[in-house]
Amino acid sequence: MAGSPVVERLDEDTFPKILLRNARVFADRPSMREKDLGIWQTWTWSQVLEEIRSFAIGLQDIGFGPGDKIAIIGANRPRLYWSMVAAQSLGGIPVPLYADSVAEEMAYVLEHAEVRFACVEDQEQVDKLLSMSEQLPKLEHIVYDDPRGLRDYDHTRLHSFEQLQMNGRAALAADSGRETVWLERIAATKGADLAVMLYTSGTTGRPKGVMLSFDNLVISARNGNAFDKLNETEETIAYLPMAWIGDHVFSLAQAYLAGYCVNCPENLDTVLSDRREIAPTYFFAPPRVFEGLLTLIMVRMEDAGRLKKKMFDSFMALARRVGEPILNGEKVSFLDRLLYQLGEFLVYGPLKNQMGFTRLRVGYTAGEAIGPEIFRFYRSLGLNLKQLYGQTEASVYITMQPDGEIYGDTVGTPAPDVEIKIAESGEVLYRSPGVFVGYYKNDEATRTTKTEDGWVLTGDAGFIADNGHLKIIDRAKDVGRLTDGSLFAPKYIENKLKFYPNVKEVVAFGDGRDFCGVFVNIDLTSVGSWAERNNVNYASYQELAAHPQVYEMIRGHVDEVNRDLANEPMMAGAQIKRFLVLHKELDADDGELTRTQKVRRSFIADRYAPLIEALYDGSTSKHVRTEVTFEDGRKGAIEATVEIRDMQTYPAAGSGMKEAAE
Amino acid sequence: MNAFVDPAGMAGHSGLAKGEVLLRVDNVSLSFGGVKAITNISFDILKGEVRAIIGPNGAGKTSMLNVINGFYHPQEGTITWRGQVRRKMKPYEAASQGIARTFQNVALFKGMTTLDNIMTGRGLKMTKNFFWQCLHWGPALNEEIEHRRKVEEIIDFLEIQAIRKTPVGRLPYGLQKRVELARALAMEPELLLLDEPMAGMNLEEKEDMSRFILDVNQQFGTTIALIEHDMGVVMDLSDRVVVLDYGRKIADGPPEEVQSNQDVIDAYLGVPH
Repeated sequence: MAGSPVVERLDEDTFPKILLRNARVFADRPSMREKDLGIWQTWTWSQVLEEIRSFAIGLQDIGFGPGDKIAIIGANRPRLYWSMVAAQSLGGIPVPLYADSVAEEMAYVLEHAEVRFACVEDQEQVDKLLSMSEQLPKLEHIVYDDPRGLRDYDHTRLHSFEQLQMNGRAALAADSGRETVWLERIAATKGADLAVMLYTSGTTGRPKGVMLSFDNLVISARNGNAFDKLNETEETIAYLPMAWIGDHVFSLAQAYLAGYCVNCPENLDTVLSDRREIAPTYFFAPPRVFEGLLTLIMVRMEDAGRLKKKMFDSFMALARRVGEPILNGEKVSFLDRLLYQLGEFLVYGPLKNQMGFTRLRVGYTAGEAIGPEIFRFYRSLGLNLKQLYGQTEASVYITMQPDGEIYGDTVGTPAPDVEIKIAESGEVLYRSPGVFVGYYKNDEATRTTKTEDGWVLTGDAGFIADNGHLKIIDRAKDVGRLTDGSLFAPKYIENKLKFYPNVKEVVAFGDGRDFCGVFVNIDLTSVGSWAERNNVNYASYQELAAHPQVYEMIRGHVDEVNRDLANEPMMAGAQIKRFLVLHKELDADDGELTRTQKVRRSFIADRYAPLIEALYDGSTSKHVRTEVTFEDGRKGAIEATVEIRDMQTYPAAGSGMKEAAE
Repeated sequence: MNAFVDPAGMAGHSGLAKGEVLLRVDNVSLSFGGVKAITNISFDILKGEVRAIIGPNGAGKTSMLNVINGFYHPQEGTITWRGQVRRKMKPYEAASQGIARTFQNVALFKGMTTLDNIMTGRGLKMTKNFFWQCLHWGPALNEEIEHRRKVEEIIDFLEIQAIRKTPVGRLPYGLQKRVELARALAMEPELLLLDEPMAGMNLEEKEDMSRFILDVNQQFGTTIALIEHDMGVVMDLSDRVVVLDYGRKIADGPPEEVQSNQDVIDAYLGVPH
């Protein structure tokens, strides 16, 4: 099965050139698959070359030339991936956009990028673009993939992908010189040329267009492939937004360099079953995908028969004990190995098959902190799930976890060719061949992000742990200090507590104060089911939240977190001294959370000012009245007396002996 | 991905051009014993249009659909289908002549998957006899593959790929309605009768369904007659509306005209007697 080593030639430095190589070296190997009408359709590398060539010629004939930008809008479809390389082969620059953004957001990016052409998936996207045509005088031609519903549209500026390919094929057949010119054009592309422009989603301010060169992407992808020993036999599934750097690198850059096959699911709802059919060997997903999958399994297992449930529980206990050591190649007794093999046959294998991970060699997660329990669950099954830390500006890779060195709370060691340093402020800086060229038409932002000598500011605060692994603690701008000068990273503390299923939301305070105090929101589903099992009666969230046993439970969690924090020299100072369980659930309707369920810290600080005061003035309870908005828009108020608990803190590890003796 | 079905190429279709009369109902009356369900109703359905039948509860709308697809036989009046007068007819004959329908209360096989349910819609189009079906391999299998292809095109069209293998009983109501539409479409009908396609749906499901009905009409050229209570939907979707009340026709015409008709307003809001 192992693939033949590809002789990498360094002059193959752009994707069109690599395409030509792949069509030669991997001619009959699959390059792309798409499930259409329930059947997987496959294109080999030589077929992909033909598709891209005919489209490129067709595109050229409607006026696309060097330096032109083409917007790519839609779900992960083979033709959209091809159109990117086709544009590059003509010296143009693809600009993938998030397909679910609304027309106005799209208009800003299209206008800013000075896009003349657009290649879109379907009628929905065509309609969006046409609705904004007045704001976009520069947009000349729209190419669509799926003709459904578009038959009666005015086709002067609108072209079907198929039609352009037919035109291209006719032109190639009529004049063999066209192909030679096309190949010469490809030979003229250089590694330093701009390969793609990706707009960062921009949680603050307008999106910025990150310009990446072929060198950025090709070198990063080559390093990524070497790091995990990926070759042309890999299978991946392309289901994350094409405008996101991760998808661009995993589904295009790395796929081209290694020559592996990218599979496009039928649509977004079928990803789970399509993944089961494909069984990818290389897979990326944000933490929530792994969380969702685990919940699904656990819920289904609750419904399973007693024998199955027992088998599942006992083998999962075994996996928790020996699964990870086996995966890391550590010493494990023969009997345990034997039992683990039996478990593989009875439980782990079928489970992995259900999730579509039977053939998984390397899986990555990134973007947010993943719960250690979740992470361990997958690893104990023998799945090589790892974390990485990356950014659009770095062509993804900044740090990755090497095989055998996996720690749940760090994001790994610097990726090949990447240098890392931590600034005075605690902010993480990196320098690598993947570092972006600049922000498009925004030199000021480029200057504030990238230093003269090529270091890029990530905006994240972190530190390098004793084992050499990078640990990200929070957004740099959120990190503060307690009055005694110790570091206070709210999100780091909140995440630690939120990993307990009983805790839904946490808000930590401490910047510029004497100690760290937190508000806790309990998870009604989880605590509610606990209450049911333990005969705890309650009538409302408020009542349950104030129950002494619930307080005791949360106290236990906070205590564990404090012990945990004490073991980390940087964080030990910010242990939780006092906490309270909020009398109401934080709710987006009340403006306490964003619509994406993120805590709005400053709003909460205003709204619950009396509680924060009580947290710091030493009182043990506080009576509050809070206005709430019900789902139908009516307003009401709830009143409660909220109890505040003091917590024990622990001396920091290492320096602990002396203080403990005092 | 690109399900294009050429309406002209569909089997069993008349060569009628858009705008010609596809079905005409003349002076039809239907009664069950002493109960007069429909009294002397006449209207026509033109090829390629979306025709709505509306009216208060008990107005005879569903009876009218049952008359059209041959389930009820009117005591009086004539029905002209593709220019030919027809009298008594069994529902399956209507089906084989290109009339398909969905029901007010979802009538699917709950234990079967979405795919199997839609495949049943192709039953009438299976030509191989019992013997070949028993043998399974050979011509019957080839035929089935051909039918499966058509069904997959419809699944793609209605965007229900994700529930292809899910038993219908486990689906939410809105999706069941969509599966029922898929099954009716699998017959490649010339006239599609929809009995309250949006009953019990939430706003979003209604919008989706409206979109699909319009798409079916435009893409396949299928003529559609629908019963619906949501006036917003009726006004947006239909080309012409016929209004029934107590088994009688009280109005017939474009939506705007019907909407402002005093009789219709009275029928819906009630008048002091």
